[in-house]
Amino acid sequence: MAESDPLTQMIDEIVQHHGGMPTRLLQVLRDVQDHLTWLSPETLDRVAEALDISPVKVRSVAEFYSFLYTAPRGSYDILFSDNITDRMLGNRELLHYLCDRLGVGIGETRADGVVTVGTTSCTGMCDQGPAALVNGYALTRLDPSRLDRIVELVSHQTPLAEWPREFFEVVSNIRHADILLGRHFADGSALRAVLKRGPEAILDEMVQSGLRGQGGAGFRSAAKWISCRSAPGEVKYVVCNADEGEPGTFKDRVLMQDFADLVFEGMTLCGRVIGARQGFVYLRGEYRYLLDSLRATLQRRHEAGLLGEAILGDPTFSFDIDIHLGAGAYVCGEESALIESLEGKHGVPRIRPPFPTTHGYLNKPTVVNNVETFASAAKIAVEGGAWFASRGTAESKGTKLLSLSGDCDRPGIYEYPFGVTVRRVLEDCGASDAQGIQMAGPAGHMISARLFDRRICFEDLATGGSFMVFNHRRDILDGVRNFAHFFVHESCGFCTPCRVGTSLLRDLVTKVHAGHGTRYDLEEMRKLGRIMQVACHCGLGQTAPNPVLDSLDQFPEDWERRLRATTFEPAFDLDAALEQARQLTGRSDPGAYLREEELMLGAMP
Amino acid sequence: MSEEQSFTLDGRRIPFEDGQTIMTAALAAGVYIPHLCFNRDFAPHGSCRVCLVKVNGRIQAACTTPAAAGQTVQNETGELREIRRGILQMLFVEGNHVCPACEKSGACQLQAVAYYVGMLAPHYTHFYPRRPVDASHPEAMIDFNRCILCELCVRASRDVDGKNVFAVQGRGIRAHLVVNTPSGKLGATDFSIHDKAAQVCPTGAILIKHRGYEIPIGQRLYDRKPISVVGDVATLAESKGGRRHD
Repeated sequence: MAESDPLTQMIDEIVQHHGGMPTRLLQVLRDVQDHLTWLSPETLDRVAEALDISPVKVRSVAEFYSFLYTAPRGSYDILFSDNITDRMLGNRELLHYLCDRLGVGIGETRADGVVTVGTTSCTGMCDQGPAALVNGYALTRLDPSRLDRIVELVSHQTPLAEWPREFFEVVSNIRHADILLGRHFADGSALRAVLKRGPEAILDEMVQSGLRGQGGAGFRSAAKWISCRSAPGEVKYVVCNADEGEPGTFKDRVLMQDFADLVFEGMTLCGRVIGARQGFVYLRGEYRYLLDSLRATLQRRHEAGLLGEAILGDPTFSFDIDIHLGAGAYVCGEESALIESLEGKHGVPRIRPPFPTTHGYLNKPTVVNNVETFASAAKIAVEGGAWFASRGTAESKGTKLLSLSGDCDRPGIYEYPFGVTVRRVLEDCGASDAQGIQMAGPAGHMISARLFDRRICFEDLATGGSFMVFNHRRDILDGVRNFAHFFVHESCGFCTPCRVGTSLLRDLVTKVHAGHGTRYDLEEMRKLGRIMQVACHCGLGQTAPNPVLDSLDQFPEDWERRLRATTFEPAFDLDAALEQARQLTGRSDPGAYLREEELMLGAMP
Repeated sequence: MSEEQSFTLDGRRIPFEDGQTIMTAALAAGVYIPHLCFNRDFAPHGSCRVCLVKVNGRIQAACTTPAAAGQTVQNETGELREIRRGILQMLFVEGNHVCPACEKSGACQLQAVAYYVGMLAPHYTHFYPRRPVDASHPEAMIDFNRCILCELCVRASRDVDGKNVFAVQGRGIRAHLVVNTPSGKLGATDFSIHDKAAQVCPTGAILIKHRGYEIPIGQRLYDRKPISVVGDVATLAESKGGRRHD
């Protein structure tokens, strides 16, 4: 290609900006797409050339992430968050309203190429929805009048920078603070502590604190740090998992927005303890709006001597932090898939063992911790392990941030010592009419009212922080169906039981939800769910059937009242199959339908 | 190693060497664990999940789990057979597998493993995906309807042939095998039927042209003996009804 070719020039500039590193492929593709709105085959080939990697690798990455487009897309790309909490707030009506006003179908790009409207998985704005993304930037509190304004802005092709700022306002809604959110933290104090007392003393405090992974898995953080510190090798890495994709959780968003210093300090502390000089924040694409402020915070920490070379004047203490932006892939919240994505690949979970603490980023020893875990670690370094362990339960020390959403008066962030009962949380957030909650997101568990005295801790109800309330007017099966669709969309496709099982489960749920199911279908769902729980390659597939299995146990009447009286009903709908023939022959008389009762069922909402 | 290390599999003692997995150690001892994406010539992949065994009470893939001294492994149990059968039932509805019309029938690893785990008929609702056949290559054809995404051809072409002819693209249920050329056609690649990639397909997705139905039905590899006795079609020499060109 000629030197003057503007496409090549633009791509070369972006690749250069990223140091020509193939590990930056996902970041390069994001930046290129920002210029072009989509990634054509030609564009992808040029990127491959510029990074000197195989074109098929580039295409695999482009096809994997939801926010990368390999087909033309509008200059304004509007994606409605489609979590069940957005649905509770009426997002479907708004979606249809906007599509009508803009003259575009759902999931389609308007013929003039100006706008695309579609849906996406939960964007983490459940406490201020209905939410959406426009060109990756979060829109909150949508209502018809805001949509009217958006229609105008799109019609006039007003640049995003000139849209009203209040459309993009994201509030923190911290409703209940404890030791993590409620106590002042002096920047640099954790780093001074590790310099003064040494890494071993800090590790002792970590062990004593009993801190466990706050992403929800609950692995003991000190054990991770110790394993990585003792792993052979000079080069090690610290990775902060800010790919907060579990529908209904948004506490990491609040930490990154209001407490970024604390999180970065925890990462830097970890770097000193394990002997790493480089850290990465893997920030979910939906939180792109935070990027500028996070970079400014990093810059400020550099200037304050808390990051970079010779931290706090100690020539042996160097550490830097780089931010990678995800691109719409829930599976990248799984730590080994996250590492793959960080390396510029598509996010398929690795075979384990080996674990990241010995073979992580670029196969080097790596600690991957959740945002909240790093924040807690920084506090522990200053205040001590005993202080942290004085809160919580025997096996779950300290506090937990919960993200409250759904049917409650005061959605937002609630920090409690571990061991708090579900009932207490419901009282505090003003959820007086709850029939059930979805604890820890779709991958977690559905809890009916008779279990509200259970406690939130690893011994009882473990959670990464998602807490969605369903009141008595809600149909539990609407939630189950929403979650079934979510897992189909987010399965990476690597292993058979998840790739195929999620689709089979969605189809069975849809069948019963529509009133066509029988008892046989419920039994099929149970069998399929049990296979997926034990057979899938990673946690995504293993937990994907949870909403179905839990609701069958906790809300059996919601399933049973939809069943047909027969013992078996085929998935194939004979009458629906005749529709094409009816249209071709222009018939709509009763004789063109198979049975009257089929007609009535078809008319049901 | 002065003392021989071993684990037990269905009560039988299986010796192993460092670096072996439960799968490779079992195969070396002549014990069959059903599998599809595993091929002893390649690093384990762990994607098909057919080789699930119970290791000290926990279900894991035999092909990716390192053998360890003293492990108690269960292989032939009713529970595992049911899970494996479920996975085979999923594979059969995900693609379009029409055994009676397939040239590979009788010498197909997918079909043979399905029989082995007791799957005699389809179970789940068929997805009926639309997948075109690629007959652009003069010596071979690809029927994408039969692809089970084991990535053996991907691995063989990349790691053994050094040609990188195949790849898997797309996410979730949309994941699919692609041919690595702008046109997506096999005929535009330097693929050859003598490549390793031409020999490893466990189904009838990659077929050699001009030699269809050479072996009559009834005399094919798995027509008389089960796969647990005969072994994988891809690892047997042509003279034994397999696919390996010696």
